[in-house]
Amino acid sequence: MNLTLKIWRQKNANDKGKMVDYKISDVSPDMSFLEMLDVLNEQLINSGDEPVAFDHDCREGICGMCSLYINGEAHGPDRGVTTCQLHMRMFKDGDTIYIEPFRAKAFPVIKDLVVDRSAFDRIQHAGGFISVNTSGNTIDANAIPVNKEDADEAFSAATCIGCGACVASCKNSSAMLFVGAKVSQFALLPQGKVEATDRVLNMVKQMDDEGFGNCTNTGACEVECPKGISLENIARMNREYLTASLKG
Amino acid sequence: MALDSKIPQGPIADKWTNYKNHIDLVNPANKRNIDVIVVGTGLAGGSAAATLAELGYNVKAFCFQDSPRRAHSIAAQGGINAAKNYQGDGDSTYRLFYDTVKGGDYRSREANVYRLAEVSANIIDQCVAQGVPFAREYGGLLDNRSFGGVLVSRTFYAAGQTGQQLLLGAYSAMNRQIGRGKIKMYNRHEMLDVVKVDGKARGIITRNLINGEIERHSAHAVVLGTGGYGNVFFLSTNAMGSNVTAAWKAHKRGAYFANPCYTQIHPTCIPVSGDHQSKLTLMSESLRNDGRIWVPKNMDDVKAIREGRLKPTEIAEDNRDYYLERRYPAFGNLVPRDVASRAAKERCDAGYGVNATGEAVYLDFASAIQRYGKEQAHIKGLNENDAALIKSLGQEVVKTKYGNLFQMYEKIVDQDPYNTPMMIYPAVHYTMGGVWVDYNLMTTVPGLYCIGEANFSDHGANRLGASALMQGLADGYFVLPYTIGDYLSDDIRTGPISTDTKEFEEAEKEVKEKIKFFITNEGKHSVDYFHKRLGKIMWNKVGMSRNVKGLTEAIAEIKALREQFWKEVSVPGSSDELNEELAKAGRVADFLELGELFAKDALNREESCGGHFREDSVELDGEQKGEALRNDKDFAYVSAWEYKGEPSDAVLHKEELEFNDIELKQRSYK
Repeated sequence: MNLTLKIWRQKNANDKGKMVDYKISDVSPDMSFLEMLDVLNEQLINSGDEPVAFDHDCREGICGMCSLYINGEAHGPDRGVTTCQLHMRMFKDGDTIYIEPFRAKAFPVIKDLVVDRSAFDRIQHAGGFISVNTSGNTIDANAIPVNKEDADEAFSAATCIGCGACVASCKNSSAMLFVGAKVSQFALLPQGKVEATDRVLNMVKQMDDEGFGNCTNTGACEVECPKGISLENIARMNREYLTASLKG
Repeated sequence: MALDSKIPQGPIADKWTNYKNHIDLVNPANKRNIDVIVVGTGLAGGSAAATLAELGYNVKAFCFQDSPRRAHSIAAQGGINAAKNYQGDGDSTYRLFYDTVKGGDYRSREANVYRLAEVSANIIDQCVAQGVPFAREYGGLLDNRSFGGVLVSRTFYAAGQTGQQLLLGAYSAMNRQIGRGKIKMYNRHEMLDVVKVDGKARGIITRNLINGEIERHSAHAVVLGTGGYGNVFFLSTNAMGSNVTAAWKAHKRGAYFANPCYTQIHPTCIPVSGDHQSKLTLMSESLRNDGRIWVPKNMDDVKAIREGRLKPTEIAEDNRDYYLERRYPAFGNLVPRDVASRAAKERCDAGYGVNATGEAVYLDFASAIQRYGKEQAHIKGLNENDAALIKSLGQEVVKTKYGNLFQMYEKIVDQDPYNTPMMIYPAVHYTMGGVWVDYNLMTTVPGLYCIGEANFSDHGANRLGASALMQGLADGYFVLPYTIGDYLSDDIRTGPISTDTKEFEEAEKEVKEKIKFFITNEGKHSVDYFHKRLGKIMWNKVGMSRNVKGLTEAIAEIKALREQFWKEVSVPGSSDELNEELAKAGRVADFLELGELFAKDALNREESCGGHFREDSVELDGEQKGEALRNDKDFAYVSAWEYKGEPSDAVLHKEELEFNDIELKQRSYK
């Protein structure tokens, strides 16, 4: 395949940035999207130009490091995958592909397609944990049976990879799906109930402080989430938040 | 320097308890005056950082990714072993210990492995308390599955994302301490050297990957949890950023490097599709619980499949060779990884590979789908003779067990594994070798510790499935926090370590000079050009099957490639910005040294053991004909290499392995 790429280039956080056109040929449909960018970068290096910076690591859809807004969609046109799992067979010969960073006030651009998502970490510091020390004296793992449906649902919420596609897809740049997933994981398990009140209040406060927007229920986040995290998690977080606020 | 493994006296079952009863402790007030650096935030580094901070030490943690949650432990799929014996199927601490030593082909240290088995049950308790959502049965209790090389079900799991859930558990424990200010987290920082003061590890030099700043960090002890070096093969199941640099810099500062040739080639990975390939994707070993591995019996069928004239589902049962079930009736598809990988290579070398390159075998779920479908129909009182119904019920069960893996496969290969068998082939996955450590997990540099995959200690020459997660968390949560205290008890009066000394200055200067070289060198080839060539040499000559000729050639070729690299490498951009090529250049420079030592170690070890298979050391006759032949008389030792400049000058030190509690036997899975 021969393709035209329109890629966001921005030298650093202070640079204004612009879209730049590139041509790439002989792209195999079996390549992953990032392998296609590897080939482009090899071309750029060999011709003395600077390669395009983008985040990536595991390249199997689990670390959450890769991002990219491709043709107006977080992680590109395929569903249920991250950019590293997106394959070029989703595109046609002659296509023009727009490649931009995840955009949100809380995710400033570092360089080209690389953004700073440390706001997500700070939300987790505020309450994304159960306060238990590593003593080796915790009770036996089977001492508290957990209803299988709850355990499975907690697991589904916990599969969030923290990539930020939800924020990038939301017109308000809301992080409710990300925060809702973590709050839900613990709210569904008996171990998490002890600190439930503080957790949801602290995490939501940090989320607001970071400059993420509000949720207006458009549901774009759920559609673009590569892990299929459900909107149900936002509803659950809202219930938890309401209960906690009444208590607090 | 003579190697002292510092194994405590006494019976094996009492060693760890006695050890803990007699070590020196640091009181809580003094812990506040002691700093510890932890490099790497995977299961080992993350759990160590969190636990040390909980204990009261001041922890500085470093990772090269944008968040500690991205460490490659996140990608571990199948599960974590623990001797809980919840299934009542005969498991025990001793049996987990025995299986691990046997699975490692009797090349691991007994005392370390026993301790690992001993603390394994605690790991599960700890993780459940943290809210890790393991798979459960309908009664609400934890579920288990089986893994290769064992006869019990002791593997705890969370679908095909166990590593993710365990890492997020450790990450949450870290977050609690970061929130309290007890861990200072440095994301997007890469460690580029260890600094020694008066012979002790007292700090590190790092590069801030965003602005390129070179920084000095000091502490009373340094812990490396920086993972394995599988990326020396370029193509592996490791993440793109996984590297040996931290471990290799430690080696250059005096830490011995042990058993570099012990590498695990995992049998079930998605085959290579072309030259553009940047990494390989694993399909969890847990799939071998339900998948059956085969190739066609007849060469005509192989040809027809390659030419697209025949589908695998059209080949009759009688014309399939389920070669693992044929060769190893006792363990069948669940033989250990090294055995399964060599068997796949044997069939493909004989011409029976089923894809265009001839390097793939089938992993087939049709029987499992039938079996589960019938079971479900029976439970639900439905018609057990309705083929379509059975198939769909069976597919549902398979989906709940392995859904994410099947989806991953379909996205990469563009085939539906519910309806046609998967194609798989072995790929580099894990490195058992690593930095040499004693029983305390301390390297040969005082105050420098190494944990998790980065050290060599527990898996011998081959790691059993679901044991990497166990080791990472055991080291970080339950072992290091004790052993490091014993060392730090001497440091309660030391006070803060200054970075304003000649040792830090010299280390920083060296790092800066190397960076300057890369940026100013006007070479003609990219970093990847060299990395790919190194990978080809490693895979072809130091891969699944090794011989004297190939290894000797590899050593010469890697040396020549390294020399070319230092002349002709080209790194674009500058040093004071985000520059991935610059980071890669430093990593590949270290791989080019490690690769040669790796081949040298493989040449030295004139026996076949675990993942190290030497063509000149095989059983010549009897029931085991053609199987790997170990040589316990001459090679029951750990090879610990001391750095002396060029890899060819490295000096071998032997730690003789003593087996008092397990009898050395040939590993038979027949």
